[in-house]
Formats: sequence, C-alpha cells, structure tokens
Amino acid sequence: MRATGLARRLRVRLARVPRGSIFRLALLYMLLLAGSVVILLGFIYWSTAGYMDRQTTETIEAEIRGLAEQYRRSGLVGLTALISERVARDPVGASVYLLVDEHFERVIGNLDRWPSEPPDANGWIRFRLREWGTDHTDEHEAHAQVFLLRSGLMLLVGRDVRDLEATRTLILDALTWGLAITLALALIGAWLMGTTLTRRLDAINQTSREIMEGDLTRRIPLSGSGDDFDRLAAGLNRMLERIEALMASVRQISDNIAHDLRTPLTRLRNKLELLAAALPESSESRLLAEEAIADAEELLVTFNALLRIARLESGSRRAAFGPVDLVPLIEDLAELYEPLAAEREQQLDWMTTAPAVIVEGDRDLLFQVMANLVDNAIKYTQPGGCIQLAVEVTDGLARVRVADNGPGIPPEFHERVFRRFFRVDDSRATPGSGLGLSLVQAVVALHRAHIELSDNQPGLRVTLSFGRLAQ
Amino acid sequence: MHILLVEDDPQMAEYLRKALVEAGAVVDRAADGREGLLMAASSDYDLLILDRMLPGLDGLAIVRTLRASGNRTPVLFLSALGEVDDRVEGLRAGGDDYLIKPFAFSELQARVEALLRRGTAEAPETRLRVADLEMDLLKREVTRAGCPIQLQPREFRLLECLMRHAGQVVTRTMLLEQVWDYHFDPQTNVIDVHISRLRGKIDKDFDPSLLQTVRGAGYRLQAG
Repeated sequence: MRATGLARRLRVRLARVPRGSIFRLALLYMLLLAGSVVILLGFIYWSTAGYMDRQTTETIEAEIRGLAEQYRRSGLVGLTALISERVARDPVGASVYLLVDEHFERVIGNLDRWPSEPPDANGWIRFRLREWGTDHTDEHEAHAQVFLLRSGLMLLVGRDVRDLEATRTLILDALTWGLAITLALALIGAWLMGTTLTRRLDAINQTSREIMEGDLTRRIPLSGSGDDFDRLAAGLNRMLERIEALMASVRQISDNIAHDLRTPLTRLRNKLELLAAALPESSESRLLAEEAIADAEELLVTFNALLRIARLESGSRRAAFGPVDLVPLIEDLAELYEPLAAEREQQLDWMTTAPAVIVEGDRDLLFQVMANLVDNAIKYTQPGGCIQLAVEVTDGLARVRVADNGPGIPPEFHERVFRRFFRVDDSRATPGSGLGLSLVQAVVALHRAHIELSDNQPGLRVTLSFGRLAQ
Repeated sequence: MHILLVEDDPQMAEYLRKALVEAGAVVDRAADGREGLLMAASSDYDLLILDRMLPGLDGLAIVRTLRASGNRTPVLFLSALGEVDDRVEGLRAGGDDYLIKPFAFSELQARVEALLRRGTAEAPETRLRVADLEMDLLKREVTRAGCPIQLQPREFRLLECLMRHAGQVVTRTMLLEQVWDYHFDPQTNVIDVHISRLRGKIDKDFDPSLLQTVRGAGYRLQAG
C-alpha cells in the first residue's frame, strides 16, 4: 500500500518534470559535468593509490637489495643475522620477513608459516597476516616478494599494507561521495535551470497565445533583472506595439473604406427604392428597378459580412459575453430549421448527453455560427438525407456537433473552406457569398473555441469545442 | 404621427423624411446631437429616430439624458455599426429598437409602425382577433370561424406576433427577434417555411386568406 502510494507520488513528480529542449539541455550539461567529474576523480584515485602502491614496491625492493647485498657479502649466516636483528627490533611491524628451508620449515622471520596463496609470475604475493600489528588483529594484509636462494632456501620479504589499504578505501569513499554530491547538485541545478528558463519561456508563450487569440494589448512581463530574457521580452514587446499600431491603422483604414463606400451604396439603394415606388406596379421598368435593388442589396450584404468578420477577428469585443446554455440553443436551432429540412425531405435530429452545457459566450453569435453550419448541411445534403445536431461534454470540453450524410468535403479542402470567398464547388452553382464559414471561424476564434471538420462516413461532421464554464 | 429624425447625413435624412412623410408622418429633422436633444426635450414626439454616430452629442447620450429626465418617447436607433455589442449597448441605454444601416425602407416602416403602436398599447390583452381568427392568450387556444386549430408552441407565438401587429408589415428579421429571440442573419429564408406551415393551418381550409406575403418586405396578417 505505502509502496504503491509512493510509486504513484513519484510518478506524479516525474510527470511534473519540465519537458522540452531546455530541460534536455540542462540534463545534457549535467551528464557532461558528471562525466568530467568521474574522469577527474578517477585520475586523482589513480595517482594517489598508484603512488602508494609504487612506494610500497620500492620499499620492498630496497629492502631486498639490502638483504641481497648482505647475503652476497656474508652468506646465509649474515642474512639470517640481519633478518633476526630486524625482526627483533620490530616483530609485528611494517616489514615482514620469512626464510624457510626446502620443506617450508621456518628458519627465521616474523611469520609463523609460509602463506598458502600462490605467488604470481614475478614472485609477488598478497596474503593476510594473523594477529599482526600493535592491535593484534587479523585485518592486516601484506604484499611481498618471494625468492629462491642458491642454498635451496626460500625468502619472503614484504610489507604490511593495512595503512595503505585504509588510505585507499578512504580516498575511494571520499571520491564516491564527492561524485554522488556533485551529481545531486548538478541534478538540482539542472532542474532549477530547467524550471526557471521554462517559466520565463512559458510567460512568453502564454502572452503570444493570448495575442493569437486576439488580445493585441497583451505584453510579455519583465522580471526587472535586466537579463537576456528581459532584453528579449522588451524587444518582443516593442515589436508587438508596432504590430498593434499597424493593426489599428489598418482597421481604421478599413473602417473608413467601409464608411465611405457603404454610405454611397446605401444612398444608391435608397434612391432605387424611391424610384421603384414611383414606377407603375409590375411594369418592366419597375421590375428592372427591383432587380437593381436586389443587386445593391447583395453588394451590401457581402460588404457587411466582410466588415463583420474583420471586426470579430480584431477580437477585442467581448462585451456581450455571458454564460450561454448550449442545450436550449441547439433545441431552438433544430426547431427553427426542422421545417426547412422537412421541405427537402431531410431528417433533422438533435440530442444532448447533459441537461445543461454552459459556456462563456455571445448567445446571438453562437446561434449565428450554428445556424450557418446547419444551413450549409441542409443546402449541401441530398433530399432524403439526415442531419444530426449534438451537444455534449467530453474531456471537460463542451462540444457541439453538426453532422450530415451528404457529399462531405474532401480532406484537402478542410483548411481552405475557412478562407474568405472560398467555395468547394468552383462553378458557384449554389447560392451564397463564400463568407459563411469565414464568419464561423471568426466567431469560434472570438470564443477561444476550436473547430474541426471530419469525415462522417459518409458526409461532413463539424465539431466545435469550447472550454466549459463551471456551473 | 409626429416623428423627430436626428441624422447628420443630409441625403440619408432627406430619403428618410420623404419616405416617412409618404407613410403619413409629420417629420422634424435635427442635423446634430445637441439640436436633436433640445428639440426632443421641448416638444412632444411620438417617436425619435436617432443616428448612433452624431457630431456633437451621440445618440446614446441623447437617449440617456432623455430617459434620466423622465422622457419615455420610443427611440429607434439607426447605426452603421453592425456589432451585437453596439446593439446591446443601444438597447441598454434606453433605446427601444435598433436598425443597422443599410436597411430596406420596408424594414424601417415596419419597425416604426410597431413602435408607434406599442406607445399606445393599453392594458395587456387576453384575446386577439383578426376577422374570424381568434386567439385566447390565457387558454392558449386558437379558433378560426369557430373551428379549433392545433398549433405547436412556436407556431402559437408566431401567430401571436402577427396578430399583435395585425394590419402592419412584420419583417422576417422582426419575427426572428420577437418569436425566436435571436438576433442573427439567416443565410436562407428559414422563416418562410414556418409561415407556410402556419398558413396551412389557419388559411388553407378557410376563406379569405388572412396571412399575406408583402413582396420585398415581410408578412402581414390582415382581414380582407
């Protein structure tokens, strides 16, 4: 129970480890640091422990040279005397001697018996010393050289290396801890660096997201430290100010165009209306005047739709936003369009999985969007077809689906249909301005919602996803 | 009918004045907001038609001032600003209706008539009657020539709206606003199908036809 709980907590922690290139970079630096620390410590170990090893070997070799000199000068007797003198001076000291005959019986030395371990090819041997040193323990280890003398006797000369081993262990321990602490610090450093950088970048990302959602007044917050990130943020902020100023002037220009062109168009239309009223009913000129009114009307409708999309896309107008329940909205929509579908012998159904699905938005604009989608579905689906509306909550998102079993839209057009004046059927046989879906997308963006076209197999399925508002 | 028109564009004002006079109204015109406010406050108009954007004092400010001083004259806003926000703002300030430029004169005429009628409306009615078509608002029953007619709830509201504006033109946009309570712009004439369904119920088996289509404008429920 505890263990699984811990494992779960750990997994949660790990899931929170910042991802992305920054953290990978920090991790890479940590690994490089760890690698160089391992190499450095390895070198320290090799040079200290190796030095001590060489010291021991040299001491033993010097001892041997001394003994050999004595042996050559005064024979076995001299050698034995010298060994006994040395042993007597320090029986359980740093130096180890043992001289044995051909039956491995001890002649002289401070060892009881010949070690059972076999010597290596160069005559070096490692073995344990019993009851050795001033503390008389079994912890002592010795390193020794073995010789066969001319008289058939065998000589062992060695050193107690307990202190050396202790030092070696000490160094090794210190190095291990040093490595562990370095790695731990590096890991913490990498994490700190990763999270700090990620937080700074997240602030930039968050701001750019808000700007893309239409709030051009957003700016990247500065930390005040004047570091590289602040300089980057200040640069980006200056760029944003420039863009905002340009956008404002473009909007101003388009508003002016709208005003300047719309007014004469309106007057034209109004005069045509007065003209038509003055002409005798159902005369040829009256019909012509009425056609001219319809043409002017069409121009104005397209013009207004363009202006409306531009205003929606500027995205700053959310004053009429409030909680909107999508369920009655869809119900009203189905009720409004049902007779139109029935006239085309189509079936129009709606369903919901929740009693209320409330989002933050503009009720009329949302209705407009869904009406455009249903309108398209009815227009492009063959008689006898079927159109389904659904509102539901999945994965914490409110979704509205408009699906039909008509001809659908080929996937390669799914992105392009939102462009102004784009029509899937190039012949422009069906009526419409080609602005309906552009308006849909502008409204969807204003609501920070998401629109997706997919294959309904057969037909088209349009899904709108909204962040759901708490009830 | 005494109407005050506050509009700064002389051509637009002239067109509106001509059309309103033709429809039988007496029209005064003010060319800027300050003049408009003074005229509106000093004499008794049946209706004010205000442009939203005016030099000097804008339409919103005029309505707020009038309402604050107890003047309840119906106000129809005209605006080139087509946003829902603007509409909401205009109605919140005390406007009674909102019309976006450009509009067909029939649309303006229908709304002007509706506003003038509303100004004189008496106590809430419980029965509506147009020729032999009768609607009982309490029992929610409809009869024509004594025969009961079954209507869906929305058809009932549609008929109620037409009957309340009996003899007047009601535009499709007005029906969407008043019966469905949505301000939006349908790409197709989705209202027409509802009307033809309603017509099938109230007119098909009876004579004469009461529900008339007014070409280029909307619908009218009229006796004879």
